[in-house]
Amino acid sequence: MQTIISIKPLLAVLVSLFVIPVLISSSGKPNVRESWIFVSGVIKFLIIFSMLPVILQGNQIVLTLFKISPGADIAFRVDALGMLFALVASSLYIITSIYSIGYMRGLNEHGQTRFVSFFALALTATIGAAFSANLLTLYLFYELLSLSTYPLVVHHQDAKSRASGRRYLTFILGTSIGLVLPAMIYCYHATGTLEFAPGGIFSGQLSKPSATVLLLMFVFGFAKSGIMPFHSWLPAAMVAPTPVSALLHAVAVVKVGVFSIIRVVTGIFGVDFLLSFNLGAWVATIASITIVVSSCIALTQDELKRRLAYSTIGQLSYIVLGVALLTPKGMTGGMLHIAMHAFGKITLFFCAGAIFVATGKKYISQMVGIGKAMPITMAAFFMGSLSIIGLPPTGGFISKWYLVLGTLEGDHMILLFVILTSSLLNAAYFMPIFYKAFFCTKEEAMFGAKIVEAPMMCVVPLVITALISFGLFFLPQPFLDLAGLAAKGFLGG
Amino acid sequence: MDNYPVLIVVAPLLAALLAGFAAWIEERLSYPIALLGLAVSTFAAFEVLMQVIFFGPIRYEMAGWPPPMGIEYRIDLLNAMVLLIVSGIAFLNLLASYESVNQEIGDRTGSFYSIYCLFVTGLLGVTATGDLFNLYVLIEITSLTSYAMVAMGDRDRGALASLNYVFIGVIGASFYLLGVGYLYIQTGSLNMTDVAIILQDYHGSSTVLTAFVLCMVGVWIKMAFFPLHAWLPNAYSYSPVVFLRVVAPLMTKVMIYVMIRLMITVFGFNYIFKTLNFADAVVILATVAIIFGGVMALAQKNLKKMLAYIIISEIGYMVGGVWMGNQLGMTGAILHILNDALMTFAVFLGVGNIIYQLKDVDFSNLGGLFGKMPWTMAGFVLAAFSIIGIPPTCGFFSKWYLIMGAFEKGAYHFAIALIISSLICAVLFFRVFEICFFPSSSQDNKQKDVHAPGKIEEAPVSMLIVSGFVSLSLIVVGLFSGTIVNMIILPFLT
Repeated sequence: MQTIISIKPLLAVLVSLFVIPVLISSSGKPNVRESWIFVSGVIKFLIIFSMLPVILQGNQIVLTLFKISPGADIAFRVDALGMLFALVASSLYIITSIYSIGYMRGLNEHGQTRFVSFFALALTATIGAAFSANLLTLYLFYELLSLSTYPLVVHHQDAKSRASGRRYLTFILGTSIGLVLPAMIYCYHATGTLEFAPGGIFSGQLSKPSATVLLLMFVFGFAKSGIMPFHSWLPAAMVAPTPVSALLHAVAVVKVGVFSIIRVVTGIFGVDFLLSFNLGAWVATIASITIVVSSCIALTQDELKRRLAYSTIGQLSYIVLGVALLTPKGMTGGMLHIAMHAFGKITLFFCAGAIFVATGKKYISQMVGIGKAMPITMAAFFMGSLSIIGLPPTGGFISKWYLVLGTLEGDHMILLFVILTSSLLNAAYFMPIFYKAFFCTKEEAMFGAKIVEAPMMCVVPLVITALISFGLFFLPQPFLDLAGLAAKGFLGG
Repeated sequence: MDNYPVLIVVAPLLAALLAGFAAWIEERLSYPIALLGLAVSTFAAFEVLMQVIFFGPIRYEMAGWPPPMGIEYRIDLLNAMVLLIVSGIAFLNLLASYESVNQEIGDRTGSFYSIYCLFVTGLLGVTATGDLFNLYVLIEITSLTSYAMVAMGDRDRGALASLNYVFIGVIGASFYLLGVGYLYIQTGSLNMTDVAIILQDYHGSSTVLTAFVLCMVGVWIKMAFFPLHAWLPNAYSYSPVVFLRVVAPLMTKVMIYVMIRLMITVFGFNYIFKTLNFADAVVILATVAIIFGGVMALAQKNLKKMLAYIIISEIGYMVGGVWMGNQLGMTGAILHILNDALMTFAVFLGVGNIIYQLKDVDFSNLGGLFGKMPWTMAGFVLAAFSIIGIPPTCGFFSKWYLIMGAFEKGAYHFAIALIISSLICAVLFFRVFEICFFPSSSQDNKQKDVHAPGKIEEAPVSMLIVSGFVSLSLIVVGLFSGTIVNMIILPFLT
C-alpha cells in the first residue's frame, strides 16, 4: 500500500464552494446559473473519479492543510470507504442538479439562487466529510453540513418549515455539540490523537464501562444517521423541496451520519478493541431496534415522502448493523448498502417529487390509478422499491446478500431474523403503492386523461437512477470492490 | 526602532489631545487625526510583537529612570499579543465608525474621537505597563473615559446606566488600589518583577493574602465576573454603538489579561495554586458564571442585552481556564482572549450595521433581515458560529483547549458547563437567525407575496468591509490557531 500526497481531494471539496459566488452573481440568469452547477458537478465528479484507480489498487491519497495540534490536524485522506461515499454523492449530485431544474422551475419556487448555493455548500461539506483523515476534520465538515442544510429545510419560510427547522437543528446540532464534541475531546485527551487508524487509537486507556459510554455517545451523537431515538428530525425535514429530500435526506446528510459512525467504530475504537469488549452487540442491538420500529412506523404513514423517510431510517440502520457485525462480509454488505440504498432511495424520492410536480398530490391514498397516468415514473418507482426491499434484479439485493452472509458468518441468528423481517415489512409498505397505482378499477382511479408525466428534466433523472439501480445488480463493481477493500483494511488484513 | 513600545501608547494619547484641540478649529479634522494615531499604534504593536517573538521580551524604562524607582514597560509575548489585539481592533473600529458616529453622536464628534483615543490609550497602557500603581492610574483613565462614553449614548437611560457604572467602577478600582497598598507595605516596591522577587519570602503572610484577594476582587468587578457583573448589561446596552463595539471586545479582555499578569508575574503560580487553596472555588464560580450568563441571555428580548449576557458567560470561560492551573486551561484562556475579542468585535460590528439601518435591535424588529442586509448578516452568522464554537471558526479551538484543561484537572463540571453554554448559544443565535430569516409578521399583512425579494438596504460600504474582514479573520485565526499556540502562547507559558 502506498500513500500518495495529492491536492486532488482539496480540489474536489473546493469546486462546489468556489462556484457559489458565481451562482450568486448569475442569479438573474437561471440558465447560466444552472449550467454552472452542472459544470461544477461534473468537474467534481471527474476529479473524484480520477482518484478511483489509485484507490482500487489499495493506495491512499493524503493532504494535510492546517496543523492545529499533534494528531488533530485539518487533513484529508482518501481511502476505499471515503471513495465509495464520495463517488455516490458526487455522481448523484449531477443527476439531482438536473432534476432540481425541472422540479424548482416546474413549481416556480422562490429563492432558487439561495437554494442552489446552499446545495453546493452542502455538497462541499459532504465530500469534505468523506475525505476526512481524522475525527476533528470530520466533525468540522459534519457541522458545516448541518448548518448549510438548515436554509434548505426551511426553504418555504412558512410556519410548518419553521417548526421543522427547529426540530432539525435541535436534534442535529444538539447531539453533535452535546454528545460528539465532549466524546471527541475526551478521546483526544486520553490518547493524544484523533487520526483514524485501522486498529483504533486506544491501547488500554479505556475500561469497559467508559468505552461503552463513549461509543454510545458517538453512535447517538451522529444523529444524522437516524438512529432511534434521535430520528424524528428526518421525517420533519421532509418539508424541504424534494431535491433536498432526495439528495440530502436520502444520500448525503444521512449517510454522512452513518459514515461517521463507521469511521468511529473502525478508526477510533478499532474492530479488535470492540470485539474484545463485545461492544459491537450494543450497536447492533440499537440498529436492529431502529430497523424494525421504523419499518413498522413506515407502514402507517400516508404522506409518501414521510413513508420514504421512515424507510430511510430503517435502511440506514442496515448499514450500521452491517458494520457492527464486525465480520468481513457484514462490513462489506453494510458499506455496499451506502451505494445501493442511495440509488434506490433517490429514485423513489425523485418519483415522489415528479408526482407532486405533475399532480400536486402528496398522499399515498390519493395516488390510486396514477400508474396509468404516469407509467414511466411509476415503473421507476417499482424498480427503486425492489432495490430497497432487496430483491433481484436490483443492486439492493447484493448488499442484502452480503449482510445476510455477514450474520451467518458471525452466527447471529437473531440479526438474520431482523433483516428478513424487515425485508418483509419493506415489501409490505412499498408494494401496495405500486399495486394501487396500476391495478384498480375504472371507478377507483383518481386521475383523468389530463394528467401527464412531469417535465423531462424530472423524468429523465429518475429513469437514469432506476436504470443504475437495475444495472448495479449485474455490475456491482466498483462499489463492491471498494467496500471489500475497505472492510479488508478495517479488519487489518 | 527602540521606542516602539512607548509609541504604542503615546500615539493615541497625542491623537486624543490633538483631536480635541482640532475640534475647536474644524470638527472634521478630528477623525483623520484619531485614525492616524491608532494606525501608528497598531503598526508599532505589530512591530513589537514581531520583536518579542524573535528576540524575546522587551523592557523599556520611562524617561530613562531605572526601575524600581521609574516606571517600566515590560512587554513579553502575552501583552505583545494583547497590545496588538487592542490597537488593531480600536483602529478597525474607527475605520468603520465614521458614518455611525455622525449619525449617533451628531454635534459632538470632536470630543467623541478625543475620548475614544484616550480610552484606547488607557487600555494599551494597562497592557504594556510593568508597574502596579501605573496600572491603577491607567485603569482609571479607561474607566473615566468609558463613563463619559456610556453617558453619550441613550439620552434617557444612558446617564443612569453610566452613574451606576461609575459607582461600581470606583469601588472596583478602590479594591485594586487597596490591594496594591498592602503589597507596597509588604514589599516596598511597585514594580511587578521586583515585587514578585520580594514576595517569594512572604508566602505565608496574611498581608500578601489580603493584597491578593483585594486585587482579584477589584479586577473581577472591572471585568464583570459573576457575581460582580451587575453593572455590565445596562452600561453596555445603552452606550453608543461605536463605543460598544470597542468596549465589549476589549475592556473585559484587558482585565482578564491583568488578572493573568497579576497571577503569573506578580504573585506566581506556586503561591496561588500551592499555598492558597481556593482555586477550585473560583472554577466553580466560573462554572456558575457561564451558565448564569447563558440563561440570562435566553431571557432577553433585545439583541444588545442578549450579547451583553453572553459576554458575562464568556468571562466565565476565561476565568475558569486560568484558575484551572494547568497548561491546557491557561492556553485555552489566553487563546480565548484573542478569539473572544475578535468574535465579540465581529458580532457587534454586525449589530452596529443593523442599528445604523434600524435604530433598534429588539427582536421584533429583525424580521426579514437576511433579505435586507445579506452581507451584514453573513458576517454576523460567522461571528455567531464562532461564539457557539463551530469549527473552523476560532471560538471552537479555544473551547477545545479549555475543555481539555478541564478534563486534565478533573473539573468535569466546568467541561459540562462549556458544552451547555455552546448549546445555549446555539439556541440564542438560531432564534435570532430564525427571526431574521422568516419575513416579519407585519410584512405579511402588507405584502401579499411574502417571498418577493425584499429591497436590499445595507449599511455603508466602510462598515461592511470592516465587518466582512473581521468575520473572515475568525476563520483564518481558527485555522492558524495551532501556529498561534505554538509561537505565542506555549513559549510564554514555558
